[in-house]
Amino acid sequence: MSPAADSIQKVQWVGPDRRTVLLTAAGDIDLHRSAGFQQALLEVAGMGPRRIVLDLSQVGYMDSSGVASLVKLLARVRRDKVDLKLSGLTARVRSVFEITRLDTVFDIYPDVQEALES
Amino acid sequence: MSDFPDSPIQLRIASAAAHLPVVRAALERLCQLLGLEENTSAEIVLAVDEALANIIRHAYHGAADKPIEISFSRVGVGVGEWVLRIELRDWGESVDPSRIKPRALDDIRPGGLGVHLMNKCMDTVQYTPIAEGGTRLIMTRRLSARSNQ
Repeated sequence: MSPAADSIQKVQWVGPDRRTVLLTAAGDIDLHRSAGFQQALLEVAGMGPRRIVLDLSQVGYMDSSGVASLVKLLARVRRDKVDLKLSGLTARVRSVFEITRLDTVFDIYPDVQEALES
Repeated sequence: MSDFPDSPIQLRIASAAAHLPVVRAALERLCQLLGLEENTSAEIVLAVDEALANIIRHAYHGAADKPIEISFSRVGVGVGEWVLRIELRDWGESVDPSRIKPRALDDIRPGGLGVHLMNKCMDTVQYTPIAEGGTRLIMTRRLSARSNQ
C-alpha cells in the first residue's frame, strides 16, 4: 500500500440514517503523506455525509501540511453545510493546533464517543 | 549529558519527503540524549521538519534527488548555558530572507503555517542566501538548566 493511501485506515458509516462518517486516521501525517490524506478526506466529503468525525488518536505526528489538509476539508464542509468534528488529538498534534490557533477554529472533542454524541 | 559529542552531528539526505521520518527519529533521539523535556523535543522536531519540508517544496520545487545537509551541535553561550544549534544547507532556489514571513493566523486558509511554527518553536531562525547557490538556515533553541546537568 502506498504511504498516501494508508493515512485513513478505516471509513465507517454510522448512526441511524448512516449519514455520519467516522474516519480513523493513523501514522504520521507529514509532507510525505499529506497529499494522500487530503485526497482521501475530500473523497469522503464528496460522498454526501451530514457529519464527519475524524478520529486522530492514532496520529502521532502532524506537520503544517497535514493541518493544511484539514483546513481545506473545513472549507469544503462549510460550503456543503456538513458538520466536521475532530477527536482524540494526541498531545503533539494538539500542540500544533494550539500554536497555529486552529484549536479555536475546529470543533475538537476528547474522544470519538463524545464527538459522536455531541 | 556528558556523553553528548562536542563535535557536530551531520546528516546528508536527498530532498525526498520519504526521508523526513528518518530525520525526525534521529533528532528525537538526539533530544533524548540532551535530556530535553518531551514538549521541548517535540517543538524542535517540528521546527526542523517544517524547515526541511520548505526546502523540498520551495527551494527544490519538489525534486527528490537534491542534496540537503543537516548539522546538529550543542554550543556554549555562557557559563553553564547552552543552545542546540541546527544548520540546514541546501543548493536550491534561494529567497530574500525579508520575504520569508509567517501569515496572519486569523487568515484561515491552507498553507503558510510552517514559518510560523518554526518561529514559535525555536529561539532564533536565520536564513542566509549563499553566493554560490542555495541557502543556509541556522536555528537555535536554548537548552534548559535541566538538560545541561
